[in-house]
This record gives sequence, C-alpha cells and structure tokens, in this order.
Amino acid sequence: MRTAGSSPTLSVTDLRRVFGDIVAVDGVTFSVGPNETVGLLGPNGAGKTTTINMILGVLSQTSGSILIEGIDIAKDRRRALEKTNFAAVYAPLPGNLTVIQNLRFFGLLYDVEDLSERIAELSDAFDLINIRNTRFGLLSSGEQTRVCLAKALLNRPRLLLLDEPTASLDPATARDIRAKILEYTTRYNMGILWTTHNMYEVTQVCERVLFLSKGKILLEGAPQSLPGEYGKETLEDLFISVAREPLTLGGT
Amino acid sequence: MSGLRRTAGIALRQYYLLRSSPARVLSVYAWIMIDIILWGFISQYLNIATASGANFVPALLGAVLLWDFFGRVMHGVTTSFLEDVWSQNFLNLFASPMSITEYLGGLVLISTVLSILGLIAMIILATIAFGLRFFAYGLMLVPFLLVLFLFGIAMGIFGIALVLRFGPASEWLVWPIPAIVTPFAAVVYPVATLPAWMQWVSKLLPPSYVFEGLRMIVAGNSPPVGGLILGFVLCVLYILVASWIFAHTYRMITRSGLLARYKAEGST
Repeated sequence: MRTAGSSPTLSVTDLRRVFGDIVAVDGVTFSVGPNETVGLLGPNGAGKTTTINMILGVLSQTSGSILIEGIDIAKDRRRALEKTNFAAVYAPLPGNLTVIQNLRFFGLLYDVEDLSERIAELSDAFDLINIRNTRFGLLSSGEQTRVCLAKALLNRPRLLLLDEPTASLDPATARDIRAKILEYTTRYNMGILWTTHNMYEVTQVCERVLFLSKGKILLEGAPQSLPGEYGKETLEDLFISVAREPLTLGGT
Repeated sequence: MSGLRRTAGIALRQYYLLRSSPARVLSVYAWIMIDIILWGFISQYLNIATASGANFVPALLGAVLLWDFFGRVMHGVTTSFLEDVWSQNFLNLFASPMSITEYLGGLVLISTVLSILGLIAMIILATIAFGLRFFAYGLMLVPFLLVLFLFGIAMGIFGIALVLRFGPASEWLVWPIPAIVTPFAAVVYPVATLPAWMQWVSKLLPPSYVFEGLRMIVAGNSPPVGGLILGFVLCVLYILVASWIFAHTYRMITRSGLLARYKAEGST
C-alpha cells in the first residue's frame, strides 16, 4: 500500500498525444506511488497502450510531462528508463534466443550488477530452471509470461508497466503470477501501472483504477467502491458503461 | 562502464545467434568464398588468354577480395540490425536505457569480428587455390583495409537508417547497396575508364582511392597517399553523416509513432 505523503514513482501531467486529426491521449494526469498498483482500464482504442508507449519513451508526447522518480523522460531518457521496466503481450522477447540468453542479453542492456546471481534468483522465483536452455519461441504462453516478468524485474525497477500480463494464462497460473508480482511490489517498493481487461484481476491487485475513454481519464477510484459510486453492481458493469456511454458517466 | 556492457550485450546477442545457427555462420563465409573462386578462375583464365605475361591475380582477385571485405563489413552491421527487425524486438530494445551510440557500437563490434573472420577465410582460400600473395601489397594494406572497413560501417549505418525509416519491408533497399556502388568504385578497372560524370561520383567514394592505389602498387608505382588520406577523411565524414541520419530517423519515428508500431508496419 502506498505510503501517505511519499513522492510519486510515476507522475504524468496533462499528457497529450495527437496523430494528425486524431487525439489519442487528451490531457491525462495521474500518478503512481511507491508500493502502489494502479489499474489503467478502458475499451480498445481508449489510449492505454499509447500512454504506456509514451511512458516507455518509444513514443514522444505532443505535450505534457512524464516524470519517473522525478526524472523527466523527455529530458533524461536513460536515467528514467534505468528505473523502469515492462512486460507486454505485444512485446515478446526474441524467440530465437533461449531463456537464459534472453535474460543475459537484457541484463546487460539494463546494466544489472551481479547478473548471474540475479538471473539465478529470478529463474528460481519464476520457476525457469527447467526451461532455461529452451528457446523463448518454443515456450508455452504461461512460460513466456514468466520469462517476460523475470526480464521485467531484472533491474529491480521502481516503476513496472504491465500490459495484460496474465492474458492467455489459465486461472491457476494467473493467480500464481499475480501473487509473485505483488510480492516483488512490496519487496522493491515498486509502483505498478497495470493494464488489463480482466476485472476480477483488477479487484485482486489494484488499489486504484483509472478508466480511460477516448483518450481522457473518465473515472478514478478504488476498484471495490467505484462501481457503487456510479450505480453499478460490479466493476465489469462499470467497464461496459464506460465503453458504451462514456459521456453519460463522465458527466456524473 | 555501463555503456560498454550494453554494447557488449548487443554483440553477445549476435554471438548467441551465430553459435546456434549453422545457416548464419555459413552466410558469413558462403558468398565471399564463391566470389573468390569465381574471380580466381577468371584471373587465371585472363593470364592464359591474354598471354601478355601479366598476372591478373593480384589486380583482379586482390581487388575482389578487398571489395568483399567491404561488403562483409556493411552486411555485418545490417544483418545484425535486421535480426532485431525479424524478431520484432524493437520495443524491448528501445524501451531500455540503451543509447543509440551504444546500439550502433554493438552492431559495429560484431561486424568487425565477423569481417575479420571472413577476411582470414578469403585470404587462405585465395592464397592456397590461386596463389594470391596478399601481403605483397605491403604496409599499404593497412590504409586499404581501414578505408574499406570505415566505408562499410558508414554504408551499413546508412542502410539500417533506411530500414528504420521505411519499415521492415524496405530491407530489400539494403542488400543491393554494394552492387550499386561497385561500378563507381572502380574495383576491377581504373577510374579513367568511366565517363566524366561517373568519375565525379567515383571521387566521392573512398573505395575508388583504394583500388586505384592497389593497381598502382601492382604496376610497380608508388601508391597515391594523398588520395588515401582523402578517402579516409571522406569515410569519417560519411560515418558521422550516417550516424546523424540514423539518430535523426530514430527521433523522427519516435515522434511519428512508427517505432511503437514497427511490428505492425512489418505485417503490411
């Protein structure tokens, strides 16, 4: 749980991204604190991945600012990204490298100290020992997810971005993965921005959620209390309303 | 120190790929060996057919060997980059703290190692099969190889900037670059053979100074040191320009959004 008064791990202010005539992200402002998991929710095309890409520095913002532990990614990309890592379903690791080769490769890119020990520790934590010499492309979805998460934790990030980390996993594996991520959140005092379409998962892991629709943050609050505040029974009902009637909810 | 580790990481990835793939290792040697065999026999045939007593091996086969060295350097850079394109690894790479300089440094490092291995293989084959006395060019080999190496790096970086800008489908633009440059570089004939406008282009290409120098040494004349210095200066300039183009392209596709959806561009 976030410590009251602590400075944010991620601070996004008035973030805006325009592609030609299309406003993909429109004045988004939010923060993620240390040891806090924030859900970034919204229908397809709401601007979630665009927001994450801007935080990762692979897409520049039209305006606004992104600070990671106070470091502006637009001004000091390297220092900001040294404190960050991510795992996303649309960014698989190179399939022609083995698990151990991938971890060594990315460990060097993130300049991880005592890399061999770190890889051994994460291989043990994410149950990668038996598949360490298997090529990433030959692994099952669950195994690939575990490897991607091990890669994402290599540099002990202060900010972790997760884009549907448990998509395509069976419920038991997904539960184990969630537990493991939350364990590391506490251990590293990490801030997590978690994107998913699984509302059950959101209620399990997120202390706060942001509902994004058409590039704007429509709603913000605790996943347990937010549905009730808008007259909905469940978070899923609220999600559907956001997707179908964003203007009605935004004006509430 | 962290920069060196990142550069080593990029090179290490290519080493892993080569170690696990005989096809990739073969590609380092196959085409250049075929070229050496082809031009070795052509040189031998010309020795017999012209009956002039002239030995075409040092002028022709030596030139082809040096030209293949340039091609090997260039493709060492581009192929390593294309491995990241083919494995759709851009998001993982460029969302890391690695800088563009470190990335290019890694590509150059692995290209240097592979090019040296390719050069050794070519020299052994050309010496054993066709009697090429490669080291007869003397100390001038150092500037010859240096200029071709630097030009290969420049063209390699320029080539990958093209692919970065125009998307994965544009890789076909990269492969023919050495073939396009060959007529102007005067690899197997003197620059004076070319029409005036091509000679002007030739003067802007550092390899032309290398091959003119090589022919002068074979003919028993002093090599054109001034030309080689100019070639070296042009190479340094071209590397700087190519690196700037790559860095500028990177910034541009970060702004346009192409980098974030590079994978999608590959599927069109």
